[in-house]
Amino acid sequence: MIKLYDYELSGNCFKLRLLMAILGVKYEPVAVDFYPGLEHKSPWFLQLNPLGQLPVIDDDGYILRDAQAILIYLASKYDPSAKWYPTGSPNLLGEVCQWMAFADAITSTASAARLHDGLFYDFDIEACRTGAHRLFRILDEHLWFGEDQGNDWLCSGSHPTVADLACFPYVVLSEEGGISRQDYPAIRRWTDRVKRIPGFRVMPGIFPAGPGPKTT
Amino acid sequence: MQNQNEKDPIIENLWHALGALKEIDAGQVNKTQLLGQPLCYGKDANDVAFVWPASERHKTHTPVNFEALNRCLPVQVRYGYVWTCLGTPSEEIFDIPEYVEPDRRNLNAASMGVHVSAPRAIENFLDMGHFPYVHTDILGVEPHTEVKDYDVTVSADACEILATRCLFYQPMASQASAGGADVEYVYRVPHPYCSILYKSSPLDAARQDVICIFIQPLDQEHIRAHMLLSVLDVDNPDISIRAFQQTIFGQDKPILENQFPKRLPLDPRVETPIRADKSAITYRRWLRQKGITYGVIPAAA
Repeated sequence: MIKLYDYELSGNCFKLRLLMAILGVKYEPVAVDFYPGLEHKSPWFLQLNPLGQLPVIDDDGYILRDAQAILIYLASKYDPSAKWYPTGSPNLLGEVCQWMAFADAITSTASAARLHDGLFYDFDIEACRTGAHRLFRILDEHLWFGEDQGNDWLCSGSHPTVADLACFPYVVLSEEGGISRQDYPAIRRWTDRVKRIPGFRVMPGIFPAGPGPKTT
Repeated sequence: MQNQNEKDPIIENLWHALGALKEIDAGQVNKTQLLGQPLCYGKDANDVAFVWPASERHKTHTPVNFEALNRCLPVQVRYGYVWTCLGTPSEEIFDIPEYVEPDRRNLNAASMGVHVSAPRAIENFLDMGHFPYVHTDILGVEPHTEVKDYDVTVSADACEILATRCLFYQPMASQASAGGADVEYVYRVPHPYCSILYKSSPLDAARQDVICIFIQPLDQEHIRAHMLLSVLDVDNPDISIRAFQQTIFGQDKPILENQFPKRLPLDPRVETPIRADKSAITYRRWLRQKGITYGVIPAAA
């Protein structure tokens, strides 16, 4: 079975739990004392990932680090429909990779702000927040124009991809870093759509979607 | 320095926890803030703790010679945490007799930053009504939403609030739980910014697990919440006992941060309570009678 080296309050771990829940993939979480124990910097963990970062998976002896890389691996291996990581379409695949890189930028701004405010990391908080707002403005515009074209998701096409799951957690947790999403209405609609994907699960700090529009 | 308008002599003369002793690297500078005042703290190789006013000379995680510090603040180590006082300590740190029982596991679940006032955090800690909605399938579940009537008293010396006979159905009361059970809670509030919760132990019907929350007011609307667990649990490793409590707190965090106003209104006419809020009503009245002004909106005179 897949082992997920996991920390409950980590958005990067959550995105893997989320994809595995959606795909119905069974896994065994291995809790890592990220805070306050800093176990991800301990010798045994550094053997697993010399970067000292969560998450890491061990799939029957195959060890992989980096949340975005693991999303790609899991979707490629466990989604026979190939919709979550659409290798059949060069254009769509290009877009997925573009937004996966964007997710890393969200991690280094919005997630960093959350670590500063919640767990007292020594970061330049104003730079983190300004950077996150710049990304959110770009994301909101992209989603707004997408909705206008009938697109519900980050990439073109009618099905969500790993890019949506990669960007979702630290957007929706942004207020814990003092980054309001009040000015981003298209982001709010998109996060609600992600929450309605069948199999969606929550983590502390993320609530389920409210009752949806009635279909009679 | 603290703004003169924000001075609260009662709060200033109380002890406040700054961090878990175990988590401090010996011989180094750590920075934090208390009541708006930037502070440094650290410990030497013998676990002796020091707290002193922050200065430009002292940078986070750089070595420090404690003997060369010219002015240190009062310091105590209690319950595994470093405590200090900005003024003149007016009373001892409250007693938690269970802490020294030999078979207890004592650990800091986490120290977490929250954008809320200290009294709002304490009031949320006292509230059972939110369990089924915020801690779904753990500390509560629908349809078991009723907060049954319970008792709240203030001790004769007015030092402490006690809420007893608090019963609530919990699907998973702790990491050691095997399933759902009616759990009995007792709450103590022995300090305006600290509370102690006793809940039935899943392992021993005659004893209780103890969960404490020590709120460090960074300023009027930002806190560090230190969570001490003193539990009876022989099976679970520290990490899963901690993770359980961090999950609970992670669920409370967005609720706390969305409270408006951030400071706790003490005027009884401002927010409409229901019967289940009995301990919150008592807490607000107690703060009012003590004359607390920090982190609250005082009642109009």
